[in-house]
Amino acid sequence: MSSVDFSWLIGGPQGSGVESGANVFSKVCAELGYQVFGKREFHSNIKGEHSYFTVRISDKTIHSNVNDVSLMISFDAETIFRHYDEVASGGGIIYDSDLENITTDSVHTLDNYFKKRLHQTLESKNKPFTISGVLEMAKEKGVSLYPVSFKNILASLAEETENPRLKGLVRMFNVIGVSLSLGLIKMPPDSLLKSIDSIFSKKPQIAEINKQAANYSYNYAASNFPDFSFILSGIEKQTDTLLVQGHQGTSIGKMVSGCRFQSYYPITPASDESVFLESNEILEVLNDRPGSTAVIQTEDEISAIGMMIGSALTGTRSSTSTSGPGFALMAEAIGWAGMNEVPIVLTLYQRSGPSTGLPTRHGQDDLSFAVAASFGDFPKVVYASGDIEESFYDTGRCFNYADVYQVPVIHMMDKFLSSSVVTCKRFDPKKITINRGKLLDTIEGEYKRFAFTEDGISPRSRLGLDNGIFWNTGDESDEMGHITEDPQMRIKMMDKRMSKLDLILKQLPEDEQIVSYGIHDYTIISWGSTKGPILDAIEMLKKEGINIGFIQIKLIHPFPTEHVKKLLENTKKIIDIEANHSGQLGKIFKQHVMKEIDYFILKYSGRGMTSTEIYDSLKKIVENKADKREVLEHGS
Amino acid sequence: MALKLADYKTTVHNDWCPGCGDFGIVNALQMALAEMGIQRDKATIFSGVGCSGKTSHFINTFGVHSLHGRVLTFAQGGKLANPEMTVVAVGGDGDGLGIGAGHFVAAGRRNIDMTYIIFDNGVYGLTKGQASPTLKLGEKTKSLPSPNTNYNVNPIGLAVASGFTFVARAYSYDVRHLKDLIVKAVQHKGLSFLDVLQPCPTYNDLNTRDWYAGEDLAKESLERHSRIYKLEDTHFDPVVHYDNEIDEKLAQALIKSLEWGNKIPTGIFYKNEIISPFTTRLTDKIPNYMENPPAKQTISKDGIPTTDVSKLLDSMRV
Repeated sequence: MSSVDFSWLIGGPQGSGVESGANVFSKVCAELGYQVFGKREFHSNIKGEHSYFTVRISDKTIHSNVNDVSLMISFDAETIFRHYDEVASGGGIIYDSDLENITTDSVHTLDNYFKKRLHQTLESKNKPFTISGVLEMAKEKGVSLYPVSFKNILASLAEETENPRLKGLVRMFNVIGVSLSLGLIKMPPDSLLKSIDSIFSKKPQIAEINKQAANYSYNYAASNFPDFSFILSGIEKQTDTLLVQGHQGTSIGKMVSGCRFQSYYPITPASDESVFLESNEILEVLNDRPGSTAVIQTEDEISAIGMMIGSALTGTRSSTSTSGPGFALMAEAIGWAGMNEVPIVLTLYQRSGPSTGLPTRHGQDDLSFAVAASFGDFPKVVYASGDIEESFYDTGRCFNYADVYQVPVIHMMDKFLSSSVVTCKRFDPKKITINRGKLLDTIEGEYKRFAFTEDGISPRSRLGLDNGIFWNTGDESDEMGHITEDPQMRIKMMDKRMSKLDLILKQLPEDEQIVSYGIHDYTIISWGSTKGPILDAIEMLKKEGINIGFIQIKLIHPFPTEHVKKLLENTKKIIDIEANHSGQLGKIFKQHVMKEIDYFILKYSGRGMTSTEIYDSLKKIVENKADKREVLEHGS
Repeated sequence: MALKLADYKTTVHNDWCPGCGDFGIVNALQMALAEMGIQRDKATIFSGVGCSGKTSHFINTFGVHSLHGRVLTFAQGGKLANPEMTVVAVGGDGDGLGIGAGHFVAAGRRNIDMTYIIFDNGVYGLTKGQASPTLKLGEKTKSLPSPNTNYNVNPIGLAVASGFTFVARAYSYDVRHLKDLIVKAVQHKGLSFLDVLQPCPTYNDLNTRDWYAGEDLAKESLERHSRIYKLEDTHFDPVVHYDNEIDEKLAQALIKSLEWGNKIPTGIFYKNEIISPFTTRLTDKIPNYMENPPAKQTISKDGIPTTDVSKLLDSMRV
C-alpha cells in the first residue's frame, strides 16, 4: 500500500487571496481525513509583493514541509518564475496560459538578485527569459504542464450562469485555482463547496458565486486535464481533529489558563494572537457568569509590559505577546518583574533579526537574548514549544511556572509556528491544570510581601486585597518591600530570589524540561519549531536503517544541565540544529555541559527548515561527509 | 472604623532635602485620602523614579514604585484589572514629560478613571540638577554648565491636547488647596491630571519658594505680590457643561496655561465628564466588565480550568 505524501503550492501577489485559497484547500484535505501541514511565506508588504503557501498532506502524521512540490497552481507570472524548479519530476503545474509570453523584466516585483540568478540558469539552458522558458525547463525535468486560461474560465462561467458580471471577477482566481487543483487530483468536490460556504458564511451571495466558479473549474479540470500521477480521493477520517492556525495554540491556551489581561503593541508575527484574543474576549465559564479577557493595545511595548505587570500585581493572570524588537523594549521591565517577584508570561514570537531584520520571515535568533534579557541577576524561566499543539499545553505550564515561582516566564514561539496551518488532535483543556502557587485569597495579621521562607517563595498578596498591603520597588528592598541599601539585607534578598532557579530545576518534572525521542550514537539537540522537520527527517533515515537520536530541550533557562548530561552520556556525536547563525542553544549547552558540539545544522535565510534538507545534512554527517557547520538554504 | 491622617503615614524614613516641596505633596495626598475615607487596602499609589518616586513608600496604602517614566503604564494596568481600586500615580516632570512623555499622551487618549500628579520642579534632582522638561529655554539653574537649550513642555497644554478630562495645577506650599484639588481629581470620573509646582531647594535656584511668593515683586509694589493665584477666585469656568462647548473650553484652558511670569494660575483649567471613561468603553464591549473585572474572575475549580472553549474548538474541527 503506497502512502500519500503530496505537496501543493499556491502563489500570487499579496492581497490576491493566496491565503484564503490555501485555507480552503487545507480545510478540504483535512475534511477528507488527511493530515495537513501548511505554511505561509510573505513579504513585509500589504499589497503586490509575492506571497505563497505550501500545503503538504499525507495519510500519516507529518510535522513539516518537504523540498519537493507535487502540484503548483499559479495565476500570476511571478509564482512560476520563483517556484517552477521546486516542482519535482512527476509533479504538475497548473498555470494561466495567458501568461506564457510574460518576460522576467515585465514582472516588477522580481528583485534583481533573484532575476540575475534566474537569467543565468535560463541562459545556460538556452531558454528565453519568459514564462515559456522556465516551463520548458520544468517539462524537460518530467513535470506535467496544465495550461488553462483563467480569463476564459470566467468568460465561460459568465455565459453559463448568464451573469456577465462574473467575467471581470479576477478576485476569484484563487478559488478557481484551488478548484482546478482539486479537480486534477480528483478529490471529491462536496467538501470544497462546504468549505466555501463556511468561509463566506456571512456573505451568502459571494459564497454562491464562488461555488459556481468552483464547480465549473473543478469539472473543467476533471474532464479536460490529462491524468495526473496523484489521485487523492480521501481516507478514513480520524475523530477529534482540529485544523489550527499558528497562533491558536497560545491564544486558546491563554483563555483556558485563565489569562484575563493581555496588553500588546502591534508587531509581526505576534499580534495575530492578541487580535484573536480580542475577537473572542467574552468567555464562557462553567457554572458561572461570563468571563472576559481585557485586551489592551498600548502605545508601545514598554507600556505593554508595564500594564501587564500592573495587572499581574492585582492577582490577575496577565500576559503580552511580542517579537524581537518589542521584546528588546521590554527588557528593563522584565528585570523589575524579576526583582518584585511578579508572575508574568511573555509570549515571544521570534522572527529574523537583528534590528527589523526580515520582519515577516522566520528565525530562532532570540534565544541568547531571552535568556540574558535585562541587567542584573534575577530569576526567570525561558521555555520553548516545538509545535502548535504543544504550545497550547505549554501555555498552561508557563502560567503555572510564573505563579508558583513568582517569576517572569518567556515562552518562546516563532514565525515558523505562527504562519503554519496544521491538523492536530483536538486540544484537551482538561489536561491543563491551574496552580496559583502561594497566591493568597485572605490575609489576617501582619503581612510581609517578601517574607523570608524556607523555599525562597513568599506568600503573595494582590493589590486591593483586605489587610494585604505591600510595597514594590525596583530598588533593593526589605521584606516589606521598602527600599534598603543594607549590605546584609541585599545578600539575603539576592539569595532568596536566585534560589528559585535551583528550585525550578528540582521541582519541574523531567519530561517538562526535556523531551527525548531516543538516544543513539548520533544525537540531535534542538529547541522550538525545528522539532517538526527533525522528527520527519529522523523517520526518513530510520527507513534506511539509520537511527538518529533527538532531545528537544524545552526548558532553556534555568538550563537542565545534569539531566542533559545524563541523557547524552553515551552518545558519540552531538548535532545542534537551530534556525540562527551562531548556534545559540549550542553555546548555552557548551557553557553548562562543558562539551563541544560536533556538528551544527543551521539556517538563517529567513525561511523555515524542511525535513528534506535536514535529512540531507544528517545523511552527510553519518557518512562523514559533512562540514562542522551545515548551512541550509532551501526556500524562496 | 474611621481612619485618621496618621493611619496613612508609614514609618519609613524620609530622606528628601530639608525644605523640599515634595513634603507638601505627600502630606496633601495623605490628607486627601483621609478626608475621602478611602480604605488603605483599596488604594494604590504608583510612583515613577526620582525623588518623587519614593512617595509610595511614605504612604500607608499599597505602593508600587515602578520604573523611570513608566508609572502610568503600571498604574493603568492595575486599574484596568481591578477597577474598584483607587489609583493615584505620581512622578516628577522628567519622569512623566521627558522619558515618559509618550505614555502621558497615550494615557490621555484612554481616559482611565485615575489620577496622575506631576511633581514639577524643572530639574532632575537625584542626578544632581540637570534641566528637566519644564525648565524654560535659556534659563540656567545652578548646576547647569550653560543655559538650557531646550524649549519647555507645557504640562497643562499637553494634558488638554492629549485628552485628559480633568486638568489642574497646584502649588506644593499651599497644602490645603492642593489637598482640595487632589480630592476633586480623585473624585473626577476619568483621567485627572494635577501639575504641582514644587520648588527644589537644592538645585532650582530660580523658581524658589521666595520667587513663587513674589518676594522680588514686593520691592516694586506694596500690594499682594505672590505670583500664585487661584482660578476659582476669578470668573474662569473650566467645566464643559455641553457637548458643543468642548472646543471653546479646551482653547480657554490652553490659553490660560500659557500664563506665566508675574501671575501664575492654579486651580482647575479644564474639566469634562462628557467624554466617556475607558471602563465605559470596555463595558460597551464586555457588559459585565465592572462587576466581573479581570482581578475578580474565577478561572479554576480545584485546579481545573473553568473556561469553556468547546464552541471555539468545535468551529476549528474538521
